[in-house]
Amino acid sequence: MNRMLVIAAHEWRRIFSSPLAWACLGMVQLILGIVFWLLLAEFATLGHTSEQLGVAEFVGGGLFGFSSIVFLIVVPLLAMRSFAEERQHGSLELLLASPASRAQIVLGKFCGLLAFLWLMLGLTALMPLSLQLGTNLDLGLLSAAVLGLALMLAAFAAAGLFVSVLCPQPVVAALAGFALLLVLWLLQVAGAAPGPLAGLAEYASLLSHFDALRRGVFDLADVAYYLLFCAAFLGFSIQRLAWEQHT
Amino acid sequence: MPAYAGIFVCLPRIDHAMSTLLDARKLHRAFGPHPAVRGVSLSLKRGEVVGLLGPNGAGKTTTLRMLTGCLAADSGSVSIDGHSISDDPARAKAMLGYLPEVPPLHGELTVTEFLRFAARLHGVEKKHIAAAVERAARACGLSEARDQVIGSMSKGYRQRVGLAQAIIHSPPLIVLDEPTDGLDPNQMRQIRSLIRELARDHAILMSSHILSEIQAVCDRVAIMAHGQLVYESALDALKPSNGQDGQRQLIVGLKRPPGLEILQALDGVSSAEALDEQTFRLLLDEACDPRETLVHKAVSAGWGLIELHLQQPGLEQIFAELTT
Repeated sequence: MNRMLVIAAHEWRRIFSSPLAWACLGMVQLILGIVFWLLLAEFATLGHTSEQLGVAEFVGGGLFGFSSIVFLIVVPLLAMRSFAEERQHGSLELLLASPASRAQIVLGKFCGLLAFLWLMLGLTALMPLSLQLGTNLDLGLLSAAVLGLALMLAAFAAAGLFVSVLCPQPVVAALAGFALLLVLWLLQVAGAAPGPLAGLAEYASLLSHFDALRRGVFDLADVAYYLLFCAAFLGFSIQRLAWEQHT
Repeated sequence: MPAYAGIFVCLPRIDHAMSTLLDARKLHRAFGPHPAVRGVSLSLKRGEVVGLLGPNGAGKTTTLRMLTGCLAADSGSVSIDGHSISDDPARAKAMLGYLPEVPPLHGELTVTEFLRFAARLHGVEKKHIAAAVERAARACGLSEARDQVIGSMSKGYRQRVGLAQAIIHSPPLIVLDEPTDGLDPNQMRQIRSLIRELARDHAILMSSHILSEIQAVCDRVAIMAHGQLVYESALDALKPSNGQDGQRQLIVGLKRPPGLEILQALDGVSSAEALDEQTFRLLLDEACDPRETLVHKAVSAGWGLIELHLQQPGLEQIFAELTT
């Protein structure tokens, strides 16, 4: 446990020592800031006509929906550093030869990465929260959406980490991670089409579980889905890392 | 005993000055169909410095990776201070500091930041970390460079940081994979003298393909070729004794050789053997050089001298014989 935290803290420090993380942080804030402003402008023009739509749902939900796509691209870029880049630089041996177990290594890196992602999420959440100054926000709805995005980021990180463990080169890891997340994402489209597997595809999709939370519908099943998703991919990563010793 | 050695108090503090620290038995390892290491057994006592010598591709790195738990052996066992590296990796690896072929560094951090992490990773207690970093940095000549970013350092300095990382938790066993590879002669000399210093209170296993390096720092040498351990000996046995040349030998080629007994009877020759019909090896008494006598005799008796050279039976010769 202790070693896991040491590795997590180290990952956190390394992220902030690298330009990639700062670039991600800056770009994401810039893009989401623009989107936030556009949504706000749009809401202002139609706000008076539709009584049903609240500002939290329109601006907050819309912003978080869009940011999930941005994170879909950013997370694999950050996750590739964890294992693929370290392996390429030969620095993974530091961890492998240390007393830390494979599980501690994977979980430590996961926690370090997730802490950074949640920081980005927190900064994003500040934008709709700033509207509280002038309006009465539906804070319940917003917190459900933030929780949903937080869980989805954890799922992204777990899947990205797994691909990072698999791939020998960082660029390949980033691309493959992006592809994997996109496929899991697009399953929802498959779920919308009629067919025998539609229900299964809909259920397996990363997006469909987020959509409910984004609209403020809190369902434990959705939370459980993300937790299981993380556990599965982290488990795969640990197994793969242990197995790598034998190949 | 340094203050931060407190991390080892859980271990039995019996004085096992010469007890076995590392014990590897019959390690096998293949990559696909290609066997890289075939049945290597190696053991190290506390405080011993052993050199693992071999040409490139002999399986040295694979062996070291197995010893440090980075790679699992197909068969065979490794134990460090009695803890098996496959069954109890955390305990076994706590006894170990490892510098791989490429120093495992995080280039975006400063030396101090990186060493602090290495210390915490290896379980150095929080209150002892500053002292441990200070000591390792001083030992590796990094005191001046502690706030430098590792990515901006020269290769020699990066190698030092790698070494500092391996000794930060004061492990009883240090494993170094080609620690001077790719360094310039000055840097090589510095790293070597550093290793000699470390050898005072650590057991060291280092690999190299440079003979003089092993001769300069090791107590014992093991030579690997084609994945097997082909030679193992204390270096003392190979070093020239008390300033003399030790057991030297003369290789003589004669077209029309006389009997062996005649060669054996020459002054200063202790024994003679035939290598083939025309080549002979004469073992010499200490401090004798019968070359001149031999040439005279060969000319006067018409032996047809075609070859004559003096050999020092050193590591170099053994290495050449065993690895080609």
